Amino acid sequence: MSGTEGRGLVLDEKLLFEQSQPGRVGYSLTGLDVPEAQPDSRLVRKEITDFPELSEIDVVRHYTRLSTWNYGVDSGFYPLGSCTMKYNPKVNEVAARLPGFADIHPQTPEALNQGALELMYNLQQDLAEISGFPAVTLQPAAGAQGEFVGILMIRAWHEANGRKPTKVIIPDTAHGTNPASAALCGYDVVTVASDGLLSKDAVAAVMDNDVAALMVTNPNTLGLFESDIREICDLVHERGGLVYADGANLNALMGISRPGDLGIDVMHFNLHKTFSTPHGGGGPGSGPVGVAEKLIPFMPKPIVIKDEEGYKLDYERPESIGRVKSFYGHFSIMVRAYTYILAMGGEGLRRATEMAVLNANYVRARLEGEYDLPYKQRSLHEVVFSEAALANDCHTLDVAKRLIDYGYHPPTIYFPLVVRGALMIEPTESESMQILDEFCDALLAIAEEAKTAPEKLRMAPVRAKVRRLDEATAARKPKLRWEREDA
Amino acid sequence: MDFPEELKYTEEHEWVMIEDDVITVGITDFAQDQLGDVVFVELPEEGDELEAGKSFGVVESVKAVSDVYAPVSGEVVEVNDELPDEPELLNNSPYEDGWMIRIKVADTSDLDGLMDAEAYQEFIEKE
Repeated sequence: MSGTEGRGLVLDEKLLFEQSQPGRVGYSLTGLDVPEAQPDSRLVRKEITDFPELSEIDVVRHYTRLSTWNYGVDSGFYPLGSCTMKYNPKVNEVAARLPGFADIHPQTPEALNQGALELMYNLQQDLAEISGFPAVTLQPAAGAQGEFVGILMIRAWHEANGRKPTKVIIPDTAHGTNPASAALCGYDVVTVASDGLLSKDAVAAVMDNDVAALMVTNPNTLGLFESDIREICDLVHERGGLVYADGANLNALMGISRPGDLGIDVMHFNLHKTFSTPHGGGGPGSGPVGVAEKLIPFMPKPIVIKDEEGYKLDYERPESIGRVKSFYGHFSIMVRAYTYILAMGGEGLRRATEMAVLNANYVRARLEGEYDLPYKQRSLHEVVFSEAALANDCHTLDVAKRLIDYGYHPPTIYFPLVVRGALMIEPTESESMQILDEFCDALLAIAEEAKTAPEKLRMAPVRAKVRRLDEATAARKPKLRWEREDA
Repeated sequence: MDFPEELKYTEEHEWVMIEDDVITVGITDFAQDQLGDVVFVELPEEGDELEAGKSFGVVESVKAVSDVYAPVSGEVVEVNDELPDEPELLNNSPYEDGWMIRIKVADTSDLDGLMDAEAYQEFIEKE
């Protein structure tokens, strides 16, 4: 019997180190036809031991096989709540690969990169129009850095006014990055309990003159619109504070409601969520920040401005918090987002928002009843169920693992923390009714299995490359690098 | 679930064992069950001064990260050094091997407000 019998075409893969064969190489040089020379000894690299030795085809197969293990929005439905895993249109890639954008050097003189600067300027203007803020910086590398930049600007504004407040108020539905950003800027975090929605009274109870800012996500992570937001902003402003909005959920507002019009002072965008640029490991992200008039002097520098001579990078900003990212941020991501905005147009962006909200509510309507819906207010772009209705002591984790057997990436689970066993579904506007029906059928079938065959949930996944992993041991005793067994 | 009679309890799901003016603090069976498998524990240092109601440590599970709050003000006199290396003690033995810190209480009358086992069980049923 051959040693590979039963392997099939599952493309199991060893590490490159394990495939290594001494002396195998991926290059072929012709013989030396010049006299051998001895370089300066300082230039000679010390020997590298234990590097894998492989041929070109070994390496190509290795990475091609690994790529087949990926699950992405190009391979299937990806309902990861709060992440807005919408389709990334291929026209974005076409634009980003145009040689004038792709091959430009960041130190090219301004006179020679007017096209790139124009794109950045236009994107600043478009994001400003979409959000209702007068100015936007494109520098931050992703959402969490956008938050950090926003809070730094808030701190700079207070200091310029001779104040040093010490606290930031954050509701219990917030993304974990919010308190982290506030803490990084030296603020104490005051958590406010919300009952699904943040109430004016709850904010009033903790609001005092020592509060630098309120950080709020709207719609919040339960997918609910913070309907008191205007009055809450007024309340915070009256006591000298500012309001930061986490723009992670802008996909529920774009084209319909503008955070800048609601009294919010600063907000980050996630281009990799709302504006269809690649997400996660395939990113990088991009987290532009829009600000109200009073925060403009503190924006990171440079920003792109336009005068009679053309577009330029403005460094003459004495009150700026400084540069927050090497060069100008993730330029090629800006190209993709700008392409998306142009391809969609204003009407198209509004329509995307409407479809995102409709899709989430369709999923809600089909699953409510079989799955417990702890907060019954009107959902926007995502819907959060709890594990309360699951039969036979089945848990959210079991449902998520079982969904893999049905061919879906699981939704976000156990977040937001205010819902016990949260199952957070954000379908986005990208999906058709057929896809949503298949997905809902799967979740309904799993709820039924929980009643009649709960072991199917507890055993899941059975149709994945690996079975259920021991996440606890992986976190408690992580193995962070490969070690040769004979070493 | 187990809630020993001889212990006192807080609304933040900690248990407190009182020995004169020194208390031992950990998280309850209910808390560890809600958290799931604990993978990381951060504790204060001996000699740290704690303020009642303020966070003194962090417990991270596969599901969530939670602060742990000082039930009363006082000074940390001993910490369970084994916990950071063996966070599973919080799951396997919440009331014994999984104890977190000992505090020398500044004002023992602060302890009067703690719940007994019966009151705590009623509290978590309502939650």
